[in-house]
Amino acid sequence: MTDLTKHSFVELGARQRAKSLLDAGSYRELIDPFQRVMSPWLSRQGVVPQADDGVVIAKGSIDGKPVVIAAIEGNFQGGSLGEVGGAKIAGALELAAEDNRKGIPTRAVLLLETGGVRLQEANLGLAAIADIHAAIVDLRQYQPVIGVVAGSVGCFGGMSIAAGLCSYLVVTREARLGLNGPQVIEQEAGLEEYDSRDRPFIWSLTGGEQRFNSGLADRYVADDVTQIQQTVTALLQQGLPAQQRSRQAEHYLARLGQLDATPQIDAATVRDLYQGERS
Amino acid sequence: MRGLQWFNALSAGATPVDGLPQSLRVADGLLGEQTVRFVAVVSDPQNRFPRARNGEVGLLEGWGLAKAVDEAIAHGDQRPIIAIVDVPSQAYGRREEALGIHQALAAAADSYARARLAGHPVIALLVGKAMSGAFLAHGYQANRLIALRDPGVMVHAMGKASAARVTLRSVEELEALAASVPPMAYDIDSYASLGLLWETLSVSQIEQPTPDDVARVSDCLVNAIKDIDGRDLSGRLGAANRAASSHVRQLLREQW
Repeated sequence: MTDLTKHSFVELGARQRAKSLLDAGSYRELIDPFQRVMSPWLSRQGVVPQADDGVVIAKGSIDGKPVVIAAIEGNFQGGSLGEVGGAKIAGALELAAEDNRKGIPTRAVLLLETGGVRLQEANLGLAAIADIHAAIVDLRQYQPVIGVVAGSVGCFGGMSIAAGLCSYLVVTREARLGLNGPQVIEQEAGLEEYDSRDRPFIWSLTGGEQRFNSGLADRYVADDVTQIQQTVTALLQQGLPAQQRSRQAEHYLARLGQLDATPQIDAATVRDLYQGERS
Repeated sequence: MRGLQWFNALSAGATPVDGLPQSLRVADGLLGEQTVRFVAVVSDPQNRFPRARNGEVGLLEGWGLAKAVDEAIAHGDQRPIIAIVDVPSQAYGRREEALGIHQALAAAADSYARARLAGHPVIALLVGKAMSGAFLAHGYQANRLIALRDPGVMVHAMGKASAARVTLRSVEELEALAASVPPMAYDIDSYASLGLLWETLSVSQIEQPTPDDVARVSDCLVNAIKDIDGRDLSGRLGAANRAASSHVRQLLREQW
């Protein structure tokens, strides 16, 4: 099916993605690339750093109300988070929460294309991701934090936990969402457990459509700038969710208790087990 | 087994909290003069999920930790929560990914963070491995991180073999690099240089703590609880090896 009025979101870089979601003319980038705040750890390991460390922080408005967007550039080091990029996201969310305590209703949107911790900055990436988790939970008391996983990198590692903390999660068919990258699972658990080269298998379990159909994402959208922009806007208007997904321990423990965990699992079993919990 | 040993030692005489997965040990007991909740993840050879039988944090552990911490919050008394950390990794498996282990770990991090925001002193005591997603779910949201000084106590984003493979290096190359790049190192002294720990302390028998070890660690936990003066994680900033984290925040504030 070809629709010539569609514009791909997935093909956009982090900066263009952020711009496409904000009200026209409201985009203002913080710590832009001309300030050259780069990773202090990469060059000594023979990796060329990038002037924005792969993270774009943009302030602006959506629907006339204040918002900050943190967009991860999946094309730089697989969207991995090091000290600087991680601190940009955590710091922006911390300031958004502070805004709210001062009566300014700043919301946040996270554009997540990331493999998680940047291994060249290992423990500083992990610490930054803990800060990001803390800041999401703090800000979420006041205003929605919206996660968008559009693709093509997907969202993995500690940042998949960040996705799980968001008030709402938007995914496309190109998205994948999971804690562990397929190669690492194959390395740790073996080919029979997880064949990282079997793409249909990976997508059937962790792809955006499956995550939406099993209640682990809130909106399933086409790879289209207008549709994603409208979906994010509508979710921001909706305000805080009645029930945060990451606060449903009793529910998920009960569902997992019903599962026969002996046979290996498939996508339909997950949908059946979790289905019906969407409001 | 360290996690279980330290849990048993610190929570001697405490009241176990029931209704949780077998891989969790949770109890309310006295630390000094106040009631605290001790929480540990331990190995469970009978775990229904085969990839989570050696103390890994998996689906049941993530959601179970959330439940255990939520219950502490529900008491309404701001009791301190002591996370005893000895977690070799998150669970790597097909069932885990398919059933959304990321969401289970998010639930645990969510509960710990909400407890801290609600005024519970949250302390993580590192007695063994504190690896990656497992540590994010169990301990990393604490107000204060305390590590025992021992080669078996380590914090990292990925085990050496996998990290070498992903970064296209040999394990030897990785170790050589880690020796000169503090955030990549696996030892606790390098980790301490990042400013993330509130305290490190030595004990005589980390595998089977002596009464004196337990007394010293208990004192340290009590002091950490007293030291807490806020509800955020800003106490982790300030080390020279983490200067960029402060610099970025300062620039953001100026440009906000």
